[in-house]
Amino acid sequence: MLKNKYDVVVVGGGPAGSMAAWEAAKGGVSVCMLEKDRDIGYPVRCGEAVGESGLRQFVEIEDSWIAEKITSVKLVSPNLTSVDIDFAAETGYILNRRIFDYDLSRYAANAGAEVYTKAYVKNVLTNNGQTNGVVLDYLGEEKQIQAKIVIGADGLTSRVGRWAGLRTLVRMKDMESAVQYSVSNVDIEPNKMIMYIGMNHAPGGYIWVFPKGKKFANIGIGISGKYSKHKSAQKYLDEFMDREYPDAAILTTMCGGVPCAKPMEKPVANGIMLVGDAAHQINPMTGGGIVAGMKGGWIAGQVAAEAIQNDDYSEKGLLEYPKRMRKDFGKNHERFYKIKEATEKLTSEELDSIAEKVLSIPHDKRTLTSVFKAAVFKKPTLIIDVLKVFAGV
Amino acid sequence: MINIRENRCDYCGVCVSVCPVDCIEVREYSIEIDHPVCIDCDLCVEICPIEVLETHAQE
Ligand SMILES: Cc1cc2nc3c(=O)[nH]c(=O)nc-3n(C[C@H](O)[C@H](O)[C@H](O)COP(=O)(O)OP(=O)(O)OC[C@H]3O[C@@H](n4cnc5c(N)ncnc54)[C@H](O)[C@@H]3O)c2cc1C
Ligand code: SF4
Ligand code: SF4
Repeated sequence: MLKNKYDVVVVGGGPAGSMAAWEAAKGGVSVCMLEKDRDIGYPVRCGEAVGESGLRQFVEIEDSWIAEKITSVKLVSPNLTSVDIDFAAETGYILNRRIFDYDLSRYAANAGAEVYTKAYVKNVLTNNGQTNGVVLDYLGEEKQIQAKIVIGADGLTSRVGRWAGLRTLVRMKDMESAVQYSVSNVDIEPNKMIMYIGMNHAPGGYIWVFPKGKKFANIGIGISGKYSKHKSAQKYLDEFMDREYPDAAILTTMCGGVPCAKPMEKPVANGIMLVGDAAHQINPMTGGGIVAGMKGGWIAGQVAAEAIQNDDYSEKGLLEYPKRMRKDFGKNHERFYKIKEATEKLTSEELDSIAEKVLSIPHDKRTLTSVFKAAVFKKPTLIIDVLKVFAGV
Repeated sequence: MINIRENRCDYCGVCVSVCPVDCIEVREYSIEIDHPVCIDCDLCVEICPIEVLETHAQE
């Protein structure tokens, strides 16, 4: 039964929330995870693509999570020049997040975390500038829960952080407006993901075709909020579907947003930590946030348990979390953000000629690095931007 | 004033994430705008991927 006091309350039952709850529970403190929806893992607002090595850091990969193994990518430029690139070392997966997210919450529960669904958090409790609990509607009744630490894992809306006084707002240009269809009756190559880039396809983003078994795929689009005013993401996607997959049956339509911003520098304050999308823990170039969010939750859960053992849940005590995060890959995301800004300046013509150039490289020698080299060859100023990134200017 | 064509809404929350005054509330199957707080900046209208929100001229 839901109690009115826990050491740690996690708001949101996505991958970041489950990892945080799991790690905190393993650390021996009392944990409760609150999810507003009826189900953990549903609705799925995600392309579900993930790298094998990323996942393996945290869990043994279960067969039931995998809808498709990915071994190569086809990049399609604005004038439809397409380039196939085999993955060298890395294997990718298209997950069944409905099952995957559910299992992660089970791991958290089996380690001792309490999990509640239909539990909508509508505010935080504070005392002298210290967040110390949440207010929620649970099964139609308003309740208050006291907590030493609240972990906001509430996804892109990140209101828990806002209520606690953190700046979580994302600028329009960094927010991807996204729609995805689950489609059947499409002829697509197995084991290959396709990405369409360029202003005509998806300004400030890309269109993805991720196979999920026979004649089935996730087909979606993200466009930058900078461009979504005049034409919606769905309009771009519908034009694409009419052109490329006119016979597709759309079985599900869902939409969402991807905060492709720089990671938050200080996702903590007194008694509060933010993880996952809520802390903008996303690779800003690809929009991939599953592994990044899991890492955020994983570290935050450990730090939360340590903070409670040490009886210090002040901001100072919790700063250990962003510190470990930065050590891990926070810096990478800042770099990716700068590269994103540099590559955004490439025109459609430049993208087409880069694709042509990469096509002249024999298939077995093509790697993502060779694409990058071709890009630099076509636009030498890009190398300056990239050098700046690595020099940290 | 922002008009919500709610039967189109997917309750995804992207509008919430860009609202500068935090006046939109999205739950599992509901969306509400606190109109007196809204500053009519239209960012929610611009970001909604499936055109649920529209600007309504004030009478
Ligand atoms: C269209 C689209 C495609 C994507 N494709 C990919 C991809 O292919 N690969 C990839 O790695 N990433 C992808 N992403 C990003 C990825 O989905 C997210 O980064 C990831 O889900 C973040 O996990 P999270 O746990 O932080 O948040 P979420 O998974 O969003 O979980 C947040 C949870 O909090 C709950 N919640 C919110 N508010 C409250 C509240 N007030 N009270 C209680 N519960 C609350 C929500 O219901 C939700 O279950 C995509 C995103 C979108 C929108
Ligand atoms: S962005 Fe659009 S679809 Fe998503 S919750 Fe807001 S109004 Fe609904
Ligand atoms: S118009 Fe601006 S202030 Fe009003 S609900 Fe939309 S985003 Fe918020």
